[in-house]
Amino acid sequence: MDFPILSAVTFLPLAGAILILLIKALTGAQIKADGTEDDRVMYAGLLFSVATFIVSIVMFLSFDLTGKGYQLVEEVTWFEGIQYKMGIDGMSLLLIMLTTLLTPIALIASIGSIKKRLTEYIVSFLVLETFMIGVFSALDLILFYVFFEAGLIPMFIIIGVWGGVDRIYASFKFFLYTLLGSLFMLAAVVYMYLTAGTSDVAQLEQYAFDPGAQTWLWLAFFASFAVKLPMWPVHTWLPDAHVQAPTAGSVILAAVLLKMGGYGLLRFSLPMFPDASVLFQPFVFFLSVVAIVYASLVAWRQTDMKKLIAYSSVAHMGFVTLGIFSFTEIGVQGAIFQMLSHGLISGALFLIVGVVYDRMHTRDIAAYGGLVHRMPVYATLFMLFTMANVGLPGTSGFVGEILTMVGAFQANTWAAAGAALGVIFSAVYMLTLYRRTVFGEITNPELENIEDVNIKELICLIPLAIGTILLGILPSLIFDITRESSLHALAQVAGG
Amino acid sequence: MFDLETILTAIAPEVLLAAAGLLGVTIGAFLGDRFNSLSFKFGALVLFAAAALAGYYWEGGRAFDGLVETSSYANFAKVVSFASGGIALLMAEGFLRRHETLRYEYSLLIIFAALGMGMILSSADFMTLYLGVETLSLSSYVLASFHRDSPRSAEAGLKYFVLGALASGLLLYGMSLVYGFSGSTSYEVVAEAETSMGLLFGMVLMITGLAFKVSAAPMHVWTPDVYEGSPSPVVAFFATAPKMASMVVFAIVMFTAFPQAMAFDNWQIIIALIAAASMIIGSFGALPQTNLKRLLGYSSIANMGYALVAVAAGVQYGAGSLLIFMTAYVIASLGLFGGVLSMRREGGMVENINELAGLVRRQPGLASALTLLLISVSGFPLAFGFLGKLAVIEAGIDAGLVPLIIVLILSSVIAMYYYLRIVKIMWFDEQAEDFEPVDGWVTTTVYVSALVSVALLIFVAPFSDLAATVAEGLLS
Repeated sequence: MDFPILSAVTFLPLAGAILILLIKALTGAQIKADGTEDDRVMYAGLLFSVATFIVSIVMFLSFDLTGKGYQLVEEVTWFEGIQYKMGIDGMSLLLIMLTTLLTPIALIASIGSIKKRLTEYIVSFLVLETFMIGVFSALDLILFYVFFEAGLIPMFIIIGVWGGVDRIYASFKFFLYTLLGSLFMLAAVVYMYLTAGTSDVAQLEQYAFDPGAQTWLWLAFFASFAVKLPMWPVHTWLPDAHVQAPTAGSVILAAVLLKMGGYGLLRFSLPMFPDASVLFQPFVFFLSVVAIVYASLVAWRQTDMKKLIAYSSVAHMGFVTLGIFSFTEIGVQGAIFQMLSHGLISGALFLIVGVVYDRMHTRDIAAYGGLVHRMPVYATLFMLFTMANVGLPGTSGFVGEILTMVGAFQANTWAAAGAALGVIFSAVYMLTLYRRTVFGEITNPELENIEDVNIKELICLIPLAIGTILLGILPSLIFDITRESSLHALAQVAGG
Repeated sequence: MFDLETILTAIAPEVLLAAAGLLGVTIGAFLGDRFNSLSFKFGALVLFAAAALAGYYWEGGRAFDGLVETSSYANFAKVVSFASGGIALLMAEGFLRRHETLRYEYSLLIIFAALGMGMILSSADFMTLYLGVETLSLSSYVLASFHRDSPRSAEAGLKYFVLGALASGLLLYGMSLVYGFSGSTSYEVVAEAETSMGLLFGMVLMITGLAFKVSAAPMHVWTPDVYEGSPSPVVAFFATAPKMASMVVFAIVMFTAFPQAMAFDNWQIIIALIAAASMIIGSFGALPQTNLKRLLGYSSIANMGYALVAVAAGVQYGAGSLLIFMTAYVIASLGLFGGVLSMRREGGMVENINELAGLVRRQPGLASALTLLLISVSGFPLAFGFLGKLAVIEAGIDAGLVPLIIVLILSSVIAMYYYLRIVKIMWFDEQAEDFEPVDGWVTTTVYVSALVSVALLIFVAPFSDLAATVAEGLLS
């Protein structure tokens, strides 16, 4: 049997977390008088997350980019016909790469800004990374559910311990909202397991559920994924969670956790419930367009930088659902691309906010203005990601938006028209944000001595900047890898 | 005809428990206080031996002209009940010593309660069932008021006794009606009898009595009060071993004495309603609680509701699921009550959940273990409890009880809120004062049950196969 590299990537962070805890338990608590901990914990955590990234690159190289179907499949019986089955295709490969790239960046961004309870912080992120990778590589529905849900616990702790003032409220809202949606999915999963006699994803794709059952199953899955994405009107947990979460938590939340919803729709809803997907297409289009327009307008009126970006995430996820439910290859390709691109851009934007928050300890837009005079490098990077979020050609944001709209146009002209409105609005709110924080004269005297981005922050932002531009110029890098996944997701809908 | 081999195959653990209990009484009479400490090791040893015997005579058998019949299904429940009773007994010693109530009667009462559990699990006749129920209940009443100097404990015992006696009365009345309309007290004969209105009436009264024993709504009212008032190690016992035994007996009685289609239709709807009410009352009732024991009392009501979903699913779908769910619940509860027993400060027990504040800074190991146990008991993935809940949902959907599953989902989300609240207090809140160290058995139990909960999530296959096999045995 080959070396189980996929499991290695998945469980390496968890192993690291356990090792860190063991070392800490054996060497005794190293908490200093002022409540800070030994920095070496941070470097150990970083070591494991970077190692995971390196192993995931090795996995990338051993992946056959032209091959069809799931690769690097590992199967072990778990119980009663339910298996520990892992495997990836192009889409999940890229999402895993996104995860393994962003976790070390999130940890680097936390150096210095997280002072209390560092060990638990590192451990939470490593455990979370394992579950995120697990979500993207599980090929058994029950196993998927375990990973999907389990990630809530570390995120709950990250928001609740290191979050802002209202962190308790935000963490409970995040947890219970997601749990409610997921439990309906669990009931649907059990029904599918009992009806089809298997919870193997590949076999369930071949199993034709009768259209009546499909409707209910689709709704149950949608309840879970719509909350996760999040779609209007079940998006209200997201602004709260983002605002309260620490910077690194927001980065992971926006960049990776939101992608689980889109991934779930493509991996499960479309191939397994093709009839219901077609049936609900207008419904999803309606919700997506409302999300795009409404969230953009709400974002415009925000006074909190993080909240603005959170609402912009809701709008951008609207493009993802629009693309997925266009049932065209171009739309689905665009949706996958948009997910990856949004992962890079929104992660970067939350880091950008984190940079000034660390210095000023406020996210109020009105407290800033004229940053360009003191922070030229910062202003440049901020400009790049602002433009990428607006969807300027040459950045990755453009490709995702245009393709999903082209796809949606083929399916429903009005939906595409509504989405196009969102593109305009995104320029409005992002440019307003940029103008009010970066341009103008310095009005707040506290900003006089603000320092520009340091090396640590550059290390975090530069890879994301490169990724954003690279994907904007050479989108075919991604399309070649995800083509098979897109066609696979559409096979049942288009064929049926 | 007296045939030792036949008797042993059917009720070997009970023979041991009865003999050991009587021996204990005798030793106690001679040694007096010198037996106090020793009796706990003796009792635990006897209970573990009884669990081993149940495992040894796994296939079970029939004895006393059909008054007693043990299936491997019942033996499964016996192993879990006796073992968890033994662990609960070991956890009690340190607590009782600190409260200067370390008396050998405690272990003997647990042995006799275990005898009652064994008897009900082995019964194939209403007479033995009733005798077993009373053996278990009477021991429980005394245990609840074991701290007789404490008004709370005495109150708990009295409440438990009065309500329990009422429930026993209902159970007995139901049995007599069933006897009157079927002509027998044997499960077998009752199962064959023609379904008449009188029989159904008796059946409903029996369900009422049994529901009291498993603290299902609306016969749950005693649970929070008894949980709060009784000494903590007694509650640790109540929440585990008798719950397992009573719930499985509830299922066995329903499955084997009332399997007829018409009776099944009737009790299925009744039990489904009881299950729904328990889930709702259990989860909403726990929301405002600040006393950890009381909160766990409500949590047990909700969990019994989940278990009853498996019972309502009927023997074909629910029998195996019930065992998995209850075992997961018992393992997690043992650890959680170990946590309750660890909450000791300035010589006394503290029970408010806010006393756990910041526990993760003081005792990270204990806090992490308790978090895992809460995750397990809430049925969230990451621990064995998830597979228990999964099995219950599976049973419910298989039996077509979809509305009940929706109630289960909603109540799970509500229940998650109060489990999370405890996690929040342990992880997010400012540190409270340290707890005093407790004895090794308690700490070990917390850690081991947390570890077992995680291990069984991964290596569940042999366990779930076993549960499926013994459930199969019940069908034929």
